[in-house]
Amino acid sequence: MFDFLQYSFIQNALAAAILASVACGIIGVYVVVKKIVFISGGIAHASFGGVGLGYYLGINPMLGVLPFSLISALVMGTVSKKSKIPEDSAIGILWSLGMALGVIFVYLTPGYAPDLMTYLFGNILTVPRFDLYLMLILDILILGAVYLFYKEFLALCFDEEFTTVQGLPTEKLYLFLLCIIALTIVVLIKVVGIILVIALLTIPASLSRKFTHNLKRMMLISIAFGTVISVTGIGLSYALDVPSGATIILVLSLVYGLAAFGMEILEHRKISGVS
Amino acid sequence: MEKVIELKDVWVRYGTQTILEAINLELKEPSGLLGIIGPNGGGKTTFLKVLLGLLKPYRGSVELFGKPPEKSRELVGYVPQYRGFDFDFPISVWEVVLTGRMSHTGFLKKYREEDKKAAEEALKTVEMFQYRNRQIGQLSGGQRQRVFIARALATNPKLLLLDEPNSGLDPHMQDELYRLLNKLKQEMAVIMVTHDLSAVSVYVDKIACLNRNLHYHDSREIPVEDLEATYQCPVELIAHGIPHRVLENHKGNS
Repeated sequence: MFDFLQYSFIQNALAAAILASVACGIIGVYVVVKKIVFISGGIAHASFGGVGLGYYLGINPMLGVLPFSLISALVMGTVSKKSKIPEDSAIGILWSLGMALGVIFVYLTPGYAPDLMTYLFGNILTVPRFDLYLMLILDILILGAVYLFYKEFLALCFDEEFTTVQGLPTEKLYLFLLCIIALTIVVLIKVVGIILVIALLTIPASLSRKFTHNLKRMMLISIAFGTVISVTGIGLSYALDVPSGATIILVLSLVYGLAAFGMEILEHRKISGVS
Repeated sequence: MEKVIELKDVWVRYGTQTILEAINLELKEPSGLLGIIGPNGGGKTTFLKVLLGLLKPYRGSVELFGKPPEKSRELVGYVPQYRGFDFDFPISVWEVVLTGRMSHTGFLKKYREEDKKAAEEALKTVEMFQYRNRQIGQLSGGQRQRVFIARALATNPKLLLLDEPNSGLDPHMQDELYRLLNKLKQEMAVIMVTHDLSAVSVYVDKIACLNRNLHYHDSREIPVEDLEATYQCPVELIAHGIPHRVLENHKGNS
């Protein structure tokens, strides 16, 4: 029954699933506990501008997304903190600006833009070798940054003001965290696409939060959930011949729903058992 | 005698609104426990933020221990108002208190043995060491307040700033808090701001009133005119079971 494992595109897909789960497992925890889901979604969508730029310049769109998402992170982080417009409005404006730029770039590109849909909705079954290496390098960068900045990121996420009082450059630290999120988004794009990236950044981390109160353990558990669920999703999408990115997210949502529902019932039993 | 705080003609504006006006304050060691009272919106939190260097006054000078606030971080402990915190946050008591060591540990370095010792000592001072492995949300309000005090103490401060430390605590827990502050004020200057007049308890050594202007007389008695100017309404202080007089005698009321 494991015949399909011999196909190189399946092997690539599994490698991509694992690399994506590591990145989103670790960084998703920060996105969830610091409650920066919206700005992360903004960075993800705005980086569509980078896809368009890549097509326009005739390079691999992933190489357009990489700098574009970093710039979006820096601009969004700075504007949302410094300007007088409310943070969510600033994010909303930049979110759509990035996407609009992408549409214009694609329109200006002569000829047909192949695989455009895979950047929007992902297709883990068509991840090329080059993109896998890029994902691996980004994973290593993300792991290294979190290892070095673990104490600083924890303090920043828990109490930004107190961390400033302790003399840490919290504004720069926050922008740096947004850049790491941008790198994670680049890792995830090929798996689920720009539109669905936010699911991978939130669901595994929210799920793991139900099982532990320790940040490191949360990261490990959400990597495990991410891996198991995305591999299951790949299997299902292969067997049923449906889009892989959307299938992964349906499975993630289903597991999250069941876990939340199950825990509610358990808690209810505990309470009624005591009284 | 070292000057703990020296504020000279400090003005703070937010937009077109003046929050603090011509504030002058000089505290010398040993300064004991200073209680700053004032109505909500009177600029108490702003005042603390100025002391912490989080807000720059547009006029006037601020010095803590002879240095600007940004240069005296490792001498100041801060206990913020704990409203609006996410108590579901995956962090343990121990990890919270260690963050109070960051000004000493340095950027990108791991916590050292001496940081852990300081955190342990701080937790023992507030009698919370046995709870060190608890997640922060699994504590009662009073216990949590102690943990935040421990986090500030882990810095080894010479000045401790508390923002409404008594809000959300029942009278028994408030009393315990004041006992703790009373112990701490032997070793450091303590400033507590509160909107609650009854918080001005037996342990406060000096009182100031803040409502845009600061009325401070270097004593524990407030002239009733100051109090009424601060709250902008007649104030009748009925201090149950407080064995000292907060207000001086009313004129013609002997």
